[in-house]
Amino acid sequence: MYEMLWWAAASRVPLVMAVVTRVLGPPWNIHDEHTDLLAIRDSGWIIGMAQNVQEAFDMTLTAFKISEDEKVLLPVAIGLDGFILSHTAEPLDIPSQEDVDSWLPPRNPRIPYTIEPGGEPITMGNLPKNDVYHALLKKYMDESMENAKKVIAEVYDEYGKLTGRNYGPLTECYRCSDARYIAVSMGAWSGDIMGAIERLRDEGYPVGLLRIRYLRPFPEEDITAWINGAKGVIVFDRDYSAGLGGVLASEISGFIPSNVSFEGVLAGLGGFDVSPDEFRGIIKEFIDKTEREGPIKIRKYWYIPKVEG
Amino acid sequence: MVTMTELHKYGTRKFIMPGTAACPGCPLQVGMRQLAMALDGKFVMVIPAGCSSIIPGTAPYTAYTVPVLHVPFASSPAVASGIVRAVRQRGNEGPVVVWAGDGATADIGFATLSGAAYRNEDILYIMADNEAYMNTGIQASGTTPWMAWTTTSPRGKTEDKKDVALIMLMHKVPYVATASIAYPMDFIDKVRRAMQVKGFRFIHLHAPCPPGWKMDDAYTIRAARLAVETGAWILWEYNQGKLTISPPSIPFKDRARRKPLEEYLKIQGRFAHLKPEDIKLMEEKIDRQWDLILKLAEIYK
Repeated sequence: MYEMLWWAAASRVPLVMAVVTRVLGPPWNIHDEHTDLLAIRDSGWIIGMAQNVQEAFDMTLTAFKISEDEKVLLPVAIGLDGFILSHTAEPLDIPSQEDVDSWLPPRNPRIPYTIEPGGEPITMGNLPKNDVYHALLKKYMDESMENAKKVIAEVYDEYGKLTGRNYGPLTECYRCSDARYIAVSMGAWSGDIMGAIERLRDEGYPVGLLRIRYLRPFPEEDITAWINGAKGVIVFDRDYSAGLGGVLASEISGFIPSNVSFEGVLAGLGGFDVSPDEFRGIIKEFIDKTEREGPIKIRKYWYIPKVEG
Repeated sequence: MVTMTELHKYGTRKFIMPGTAACPGCPLQVGMRQLAMALDGKFVMVIPAGCSSIIPGTAPYTAYTVPVLHVPFASSPAVASGIVRAVRQRGNEGPVVVWAGDGATADIGFATLSGAAYRNEDILYIMADNEAYMNTGIQASGTTPWMAWTTTSPRGKTEDKKDVALIMLMHKVPYVATASIAYPMDFIDKVRRAMQVKGFRFIHLHAPCPPGWKMDDAYTIRAARLAVETGAWILWEYNQGKLTISPPSIPFKDRARRKPLEEYLKIQGRFAHLKPEDIKLMEEKIDRQWDLILKLAEIYK
């Protein structure tokens, strides 16, 4: 399927795919990890990651409008944490069919093109005459990814008016306005990290949570703006790029100024639970150490709890 | 039945524009032209990786005159399933055809092929079988015959040819046939009869490849005809419950009327290393295949 994802993206056809994120074996493991979704991040798909069931629904619905936009025409993958969101019963607000129809019109079949018997004899996908043509198509894809940032914002703006639910759109920052330290995460466990942030705030720690909603297009403007003036950034990855480290931490580390403390935490791999209290402990230790020793730079910290038996 | 008069009508029509990248004596151009004649040039083609991805030349140009989607190896039946559902929704009842090689069909794309057949998707699947991965330099495929030389079977392939048409028949689809580029009337009739049926239709088209079979460029049609005349390739048709031996193959039900197998083998360099006992064994395999097809014709009568 991996190769097909690239073909789907570069064919510039509107598509929406929900991805229940799951550990890849061996050993057999059907629990939650984000590595499988992140393995497609270079393929040309727009990639979103939901925090809860309602957001998974909202992201899926908005994905159609984003993907079909002429300025975008890229497929959209919506990640939802395996079991945590995929097998959970949660209250869900579903807009009426009439509301959705008024906002999401039928797709124009001429966009991007029509292939049918007796139709225009166009050919898609054959060898380019010159490989530079291929490079040019990638550049166009990059421009569409940039356009997607704007389109995602517009679509959520409309969707907010339709449903009363407002989102980021590319990122959301929780208790960040006066924060000196920023934790970064994506997906379902962001709720648990928010719990940890609450408790740290009660203890007087000036910390907030930057939640990445869309990893592609990469929200670099949002990230630079949110971390501007921060003393430290700690990134939680429920994924691992072998030989490199956490994907989020690796991608974000390039935007961290040298005088800002940074730590990438690999946790929850294989689907093991990390409690709000454990998050609290890790973040607290990072802040205390930075306050004590000045900026630290740890791109990879393996958080592996002790297990019995 | 298609007539010669009708075929002559298509004589000057360029279903494939000249100047393609095909090798001299390429059977795929012959077969694809016959397919286009059968459908009067009005169809959609889905082409997975293979010789036919290269033959039409480079974008933004193409030698093919119908809408074509080039797709990765394993995906053509799935892509065609999607296209046919979309065009039917648009009210277009025209043919959606997969034109694939043996590698894409018997090996790499088999899972999606089996899925499309099982769902009885309304597509026509043509497997143009040149009996190896010719486009990438003659590697053995699932349909390379026993003992044939390829670059990955330098002493002759040790496995038997996978019988894809029979495997498709066992999917209980409405139409399955074998055909040969040397018998255009038979092939065209089969395509047209297949188009009278709704659902998944499969035609296994035998297509001798001069460079891959190590034979003279002029022998493409001769080899295809000898395959039928020696009984090595049996033309049959299954149409909604009834299996029949096709007219060109009927005389060769009788073993005595078949040409000696050596006539077919000796024009192909890929069988040059065969010993007399190998040829004998190959003849026995052919006899067993005839027995099987004739028994099936009795069962599905």
